[in-house]
Amino acid sequence: MNWKFGDNINTDLVTPGRYNITTDPKELAKVCFIEYRPEFAKNVKPGDFVIAGENFGCGSSRETAVTSLRTCGIEAVVAKSFARIFFRNSLNQGLICATTDTSNIEEGDKLELDIDRQVLVNKTKGEELEVKIPSMMLRLREEGGIIPYLKKHGLGALEELRKM
Amino acid sequence: MGQTLAEKIFSRHSGRDVHAGDFVLADLDYVMAHDTTCAWALEPFSQIAKKVFDPKKIIIPFDHAFPAPNVAMAKLQSEIRAFAEEQGIPIIYDGVCHQIMAESYTVPGMLVLGADSHSPTGGGMSCLEIGVGSTDAAIAMATGKCWFRVPQTIRIRIDGKLKPGVYAKDVILLCARELGPSGGNYRVLEYVGSTVESFGVPERLTLTNMSAELGCKTAIVPADDHTAQYLQEMGRPQPFERLRSDPDARFEREITYRVDELEPMIACPPDVDHDVPVREVAGRKLDQVFIGSCTNCRIEDLEIVYGIWKGKKVKPGLRAIITPASRRVYEEALRRGYLEEFSRAGAMITSPGCGACLGRAGGVLFDKEVCLSTSNRNFEGRMGSPLAEIYLASPATAAASALTGVITDPREFVHEPVGSF
Repeated sequence: MNWKFGDNINTDLVTPGRYNITTDPKELAKVCFIEYRPEFAKNVKPGDFVIAGENFGCGSSRETAVTSLRTCGIEAVVAKSFARIFFRNSLNQGLICATTDTSNIEEGDKLELDIDRQVLVNKTKGEELEVKIPSMMLRLREEGGIIPYLKKHGLGALEELRKM
Repeated sequence: MGQTLAEKIFSRHSGRDVHAGDFVLADLDYVMAHDTTCAWALEPFSQIAKKVFDPKKIIIPFDHAFPAPNVAMAKLQSEIRAFAEEQGIPIIYDGVCHQIMAESYTVPGMLVLGADSHSPTGGGMSCLEIGVGSTDAAIAMATGKCWFRVPQTIRIRIDGKLKPGVYAKDVILLCARELGPSGGNYRVLEYVGSTVESFGVPERLTLTNMSAELGCKTAIVPADDHTAQYLQEMGRPQPFERLRSDPDARFEREITYRVDELEPMIACPPDVDHDVPVREVAGRKLDQVFIGSCTNCRIEDLEIVYGIWKGKKVKPGLRAIITPASRRVYEEALRRGYLEEFSRAGAMITSPGCGACLGRAGGVLFDKEVCLSTSNRNFEGRMGSPLAEIYLASPATAAASALTGVITDPREFVHEPVGSF
């Protein structure tokens, strides 16, 4: 299913400070949106989408917000725009952030992300939305994130990011 | 083609001339991570390196939940300590990371990576300090480098003479209202103008610190005599280049605000851009006043609080908390007799650090409590219960409100301009 949020969803809402106290990804998944949307962590399924408005992931640089969403199995975060540190953290961890106008998407809609065509298919509404996903994000996701990428290719491979 | 100040700093750190939009793998002068963000950098680091690129260029202050408020944080901190010892990096117990960087490390023209979203604070010292997450910090600790897309600059000109009772915090709250939480996204905010030029580094740090709430990549104020004076005061005078944007530099936007008539401002919960004159919400009852944080707890801020509190008492029942931003500030406040006066007035004084700002320790809020804070964030749940409410304002507004127990316009207590403020 989809989980729809508004504008300016900050990372304190995704992983509040008082729960931001573990490096275990599974524990972080359990507290995803724990105060803002308490039913999320218990009911989210791998393959679900997070749909949001403008400036998703603003506020604190905490990477636990990305770790938490990724470990919940979120297919992608689809939003009108992203805050920069959250976007970078997602790039690094292989979580897809797709940019498009999400105004017309509802929680009950059946969605499918076609990465090759860079299109979000809304099967319920019979619509296709063009999404923007930087090629670097897709390449790093194929590698399992930037750390596996550097581990495999060596630290010198940082230079290669410019070609992605 | 002319370059912006930011483009010049990126160019100097990439070995070639670059402009907005270019991809660079830049050399870093420092990498900073603290007791929270460093914990999540350890595992990624261990995957790709054994030794840090240069232990003298890695700064690890413990500030966010320190001294440790619970076993979970104590565990994370002991893991960071073990890493730091292995690598020959001292851990700094002297206060908030951004204050430490400005006092002791940064020099105009530097490019610094900070694993913290308020890294733009560094711009008050005329360097580019950019915020990232823990994985980027880990890679930087291993390599001394970070990739960036060179950002566009939005130039914000602030002109005019501030009236008594109006300060740098009120100026940045005005900018927050005008630009909103994503108005600066991915850009550098460059602050110029007569008001900015009249500010010392402490006030500039307030401007650049809170610029993070506008979504910017970072913020910067060009270096000048004030910057030289601050380095002198911090006991590390040194020559530096007075870099400026070229006359023919390309800015994405140029905005001017005149602040001669600016009133004391306040950010209303739960948004940093819902800013109104303090007088519009005056009279709202407060449970806690927090005077602290990297935004506004330098000695100059405590001087204002002292001036307002001298000989008076904080409203009985109101929790007034003073958390100096650094050990240096704490010791100077001690020397000047401020801390004695604050204690006599009925306030609590805590050790330098982030304290109550982020709801982990040192003044956590319960349901429906209302707090006025000199910090930079008032999100739902930021300081404790999601049902609490947080207003953001200047130290003068906070000090005045602590005396009355309700949100109070500081002009009731402040009549003359205080130095450059």
